Amino acid sequence: MTHFLMILMTSVLVNNYVLTKFLGICPFLGVSKKLSQATGMGIAVTFVMLLSTAVTWPVQTYLLERFDLAYLQTIVFILVIASLVQLVEIVLKRYIPALHASLGIYLPLITTNCAVLGVALQNVKDGYGFAESMVSSLGCGLGFLLAMVLFAGVRSRLVDADPPECFKGLPITLIAASIVALSLVGFSGVANGLFGA
Amino acid sequence: MIEAILIAVAVVFGIGILCALGLVIADRYMSVSVDETEARLRAVLPGANCGACGYTGCDGYAKALASGAEAKTNLCIPGADATSREISTILGVAFADVVEQVAVIHCGGDCKETGPRAEYYGPKTCAAASLVYGGAGKCKYGCIGYGDCAAACPNGAICIQNGIALVDTRKCTGCGICTRTCPHRLITLMADVERVLVTCSSNDKGAVTRAACSHGCIGCRKCEKNCPTGAITVSDNLASVDYERCIKCDKCAEGCPTGCIMISDFAGIHRYTVTEKETVTL
Repeated sequence: MTHFLMILMTSVLVNNYVLTKFLGICPFLGVSKKLSQATGMGIAVTFVMLLSTAVTWPVQTYLLERFDLAYLQTIVFILVIASLVQLVEIVLKRYIPALHASLGIYLPLITTNCAVLGVALQNVKDGYGFAESMVSSLGCGLGFLLAMVLFAGVRSRLVDADPPECFKGLPITLIAASIVALSLVGFSGVANGLFGA
Repeated sequence: MIEAILIAVAVVFGIGILCALGLVIADRYMSVSVDETEARLRAVLPGANCGACGYTGCDGYAKALASGAEAKTNLCIPGADATSREISTILGVAFADVVEQVAVIHCGGDCKETGPRAEYYGPKTCAAASLVYGGAGKCKYGCIGYGDCAAACPNGAICIQNGIALVDTRKCTGCGICTRTCPHRLITLMADVERVLVTCSSNDKGAVTRAACSHGCIGCRKCEKNCPTGAITVSDNLASVDYERCIKCDKCAEGCPTGCIMISDFAGIHRYTVTEKETVTL
């Protein structure tokens, strides 16, 4: 149990995909203007990460490793995740239109988001089993959600700020993002201290 | 060696085919049939996704129209009357005119009404002239008359006549570029179905305004009293119209002692003086 908690905490705080590994920066900067949108995007990414891990782990273990094809990981994962997300979109549209209306516009955006692909690849690299992989993906998704929500809050303050002309727009956003990222460095070691690895 | 390559190709190919099959089957059995009317409506909308209709995009508007949630066929501003007509044909309802926006100038102080306060020799643009004590005219709120707006207008709809800008409403497309060029912010966009227009922007007290310009709003509140619906109010020495409440009765303009409230039918601007109605043609 402690082991799973540790994986969860590590992937949420210590190895946060956006703020310490710098993956998935495009939605992080693009969709973080409004809190509601940022939350929607975060939930959609968490969902897709869980789903893609659930599919890529068996593909990796039972197909690629058996036939010695580990070098095809990236392309196969992209293929599988992209079609999976399309499938999910079709299913959602048909059976849960309300959820599709709120998540729908984000789903195509994250089909092959680097954070999603990164989680799938990292799980393999860390040698996780299926349950560990799922927990790790959940943690990464929650970490992404956390980063999005935090940064949406920071950006709502940025609107009222009056930076010098040359910093307006993207530059000040990037500076704010770097400061938010810096704050997460404070968590390195927390997981070890808490669960005593 | 060749075997390894063949296996790799077969695996990737197989996964690809499987995924494609899955998607095809899902699409075959679970796709939501798009309403035919909705598809036709979507086809006549311009696809600019500008959001002027109040929906998230052309798809949203088409959906609302098709489902009957939205009854107004004239909400698409870029598509204008042509799109409205096509939507009406598809839905089989009466055609509704698209409410277009036109630029209007909130100043009527031409050479007859007001004059210069000083001589100005700088660059002949409103932006430069306004930097020197708000322009050389007697009224520091009014039109400067160097035609920054006319130069900016992509349709040549604005001309300078008798020292003030005039909008040819037949040429104006309501793009709003001129509203951003005027240093005194005298130009606003107004729906072309409205009638009355306050052609003054002076916030000075009545006596000061009167001394500067015979056309200005002196804040006498006569219009406020004449208005049967309370649509016109005077605040900060200037009348302003709430078009939501205006019933187009023209009483405010008829009573205005300086004639700064004007009537427009968007073919020409009419001015009521105390005794007769005079038309200012463009």
